[in-house]
Amino acid sequence: MRRVSIVFRREFSGYFATPLAAIFLVVFLFLASMFAFNIGGFFDRGQADLRPFFQFHPWLYLFLVPAISMRLWAEERRTGTIELIATLPLTMQDLVLGKFFAAWAFSGLALLLTVPMWWTVSFLGEPDHGVIVCSYLASWLTAGAFLAIGSAISSLTKNQVVAFVLCAAACFLLLLSGFSVVLDFFRGWAPNMVVEGLSAIGVLTHFESMIRGVIDLRDVLYFASLIVAFLVINTAVIDWRKAA
Amino acid sequence: MTTLIEARGLRKKFGSIQAVDGIDLTVSAGEVLGFLGPNGAGKSTTMRMLTGFLEADCGSVQLAGVALDVDPLEARRRMGYLPEGAPAYPDMTVRDFLMFVAQARGFLGAEARRRVDDAIQRIHLHQVVGQTIETLSKGFKRRVGLAQAILHDPPVLILDEPTDGLDPNQKHEVRNLISEMSASHGKAIVLSTHILEEVEAVCTRAVIINKGKVVVDETPERLVAMAPERSGGSALDSVFRSVTSGDLEEVGQ
Repeated sequence: MRRVSIVFRREFSGYFATPLAAIFLVVFLFLASMFAFNIGGFFDRGQADLRPFFQFHPWLYLFLVPAISMRLWAEERRTGTIELIATLPLTMQDLVLGKFFAAWAFSGLALLLTVPMWWTVSFLGEPDHGVIVCSYLASWLTAGAFLAIGSAISSLTKNQVVAFVLCAAACFLLLLSGFSVVLDFFRGWAPNMVVEGLSAIGVLTHFESMIRGVIDLRDVLYFASLIVAFLVINTAVIDWRKAA
Repeated sequence: MTTLIEARGLRKKFGSIQAVDGIDLTVSAGEVLGFLGPNGAGKSTTMRMLTGFLEADCGSVQLAGVALDVDPLEARRRMGYLPEGAPAYPDMTVRDFLMFVAQARGFLGAEARRRVDDAIQRIHLHQVVGQTIETLSKGFKRRVGLAQAILHDPPVLILDEPTDGLDPNQKHEVRNLISEMSASHGKAIVLSTHILEEVEAVCTRAVIINKGKVVVDETPERLVAMAPERSGGSALDSVFRSVTSGDLEEVGQ
């Protein structure tokens, strides 16, 4: 655990060594509120809740998360520092977890900076705070799942652009597979089981049910197992081809 | 003398290319082994297997009595490694980077600071400790790489081209440091180099590899004595050429 935290601290402070952190946070806050106010109709709904704010988060993460995750391993490979950290007395697991938690904490920080939205609705009306807490959790878990996918993909290449594009594509598929357009497309001819399965692996199904304010253990387990599965893949890939 | 590095029958294949083809190495305390060979002979691959970065297809490595495949973390604790090109995080300052390595090596708080200060002093990095690594000259980058390799005072040092990119003064300094660490601290050091005079200057043994095999394993003095009379240039140059030139002829044809 101490070894993970050493990797975590280096990675986390690494975000602030370059303009990356500032740019990411500003863009995230700007887009998140723009979606909420302009497209989500935050004020027009006449309801004191944050649904119009949260419902676009998975779409924002679609291109913002790959921007964080693309460099996680690709950069280590390109600069050769992977050879340095892989020969320190740290296990691959320490490195994978330290990097992932740093990235996840960073996305959590971005979310934390949106708390003024919460103050705003509390000022304007009587929102259901339980639903909002639940929505924050849903948003953070979605970011975590995308980050784990992105980290695993980043470990496959030394090219950050490739990592970005592949991660965005993978997250897009995962997002869409719960979407009614896609489900309807299959519903006509595919067996019911396939449709159910597709909807079950889709991020949106779980995300939507959580931002309605219901913490269903199955939803949390869904995100947790996505994260664990991709971090295991991540570790295996790095172990398998460290030098590539 | 105690054997600190022991490698047996190392082999590594990349695709259809046999990069390393059965290398045995034994290095004792106080020895400095100069690792020579033409580009592509398998020097870096061998060093990567010695440090555990690459897994050998077969063969075994023991570092200071610990088998690399049995207890990799403990083996890595007993070794300092300067990878080829001295990679380091460009956005970090020299001090932060060395602190990270010290902490990753298990030193905490004041002890980590003491180790880092000590390494900074030994490698003469004072003037750049606050600079980010990307702003350093090639020579200073190499020295930062050396500093991170020695800060935990390991019995085994594996240095891939430690003097590459240094000016003559810095080379001299690094060579003195290497000689001192092997002689008075009893370390076993493997260093790869393209500079043959370096072998005469610091190494107690010279190993030349070609096409993944050891072709010469001698003291530098014996190596010089082996030189054919005819050629120009230094004696070492001609030995190097004569044992590795088969390779060059093939490429030439």
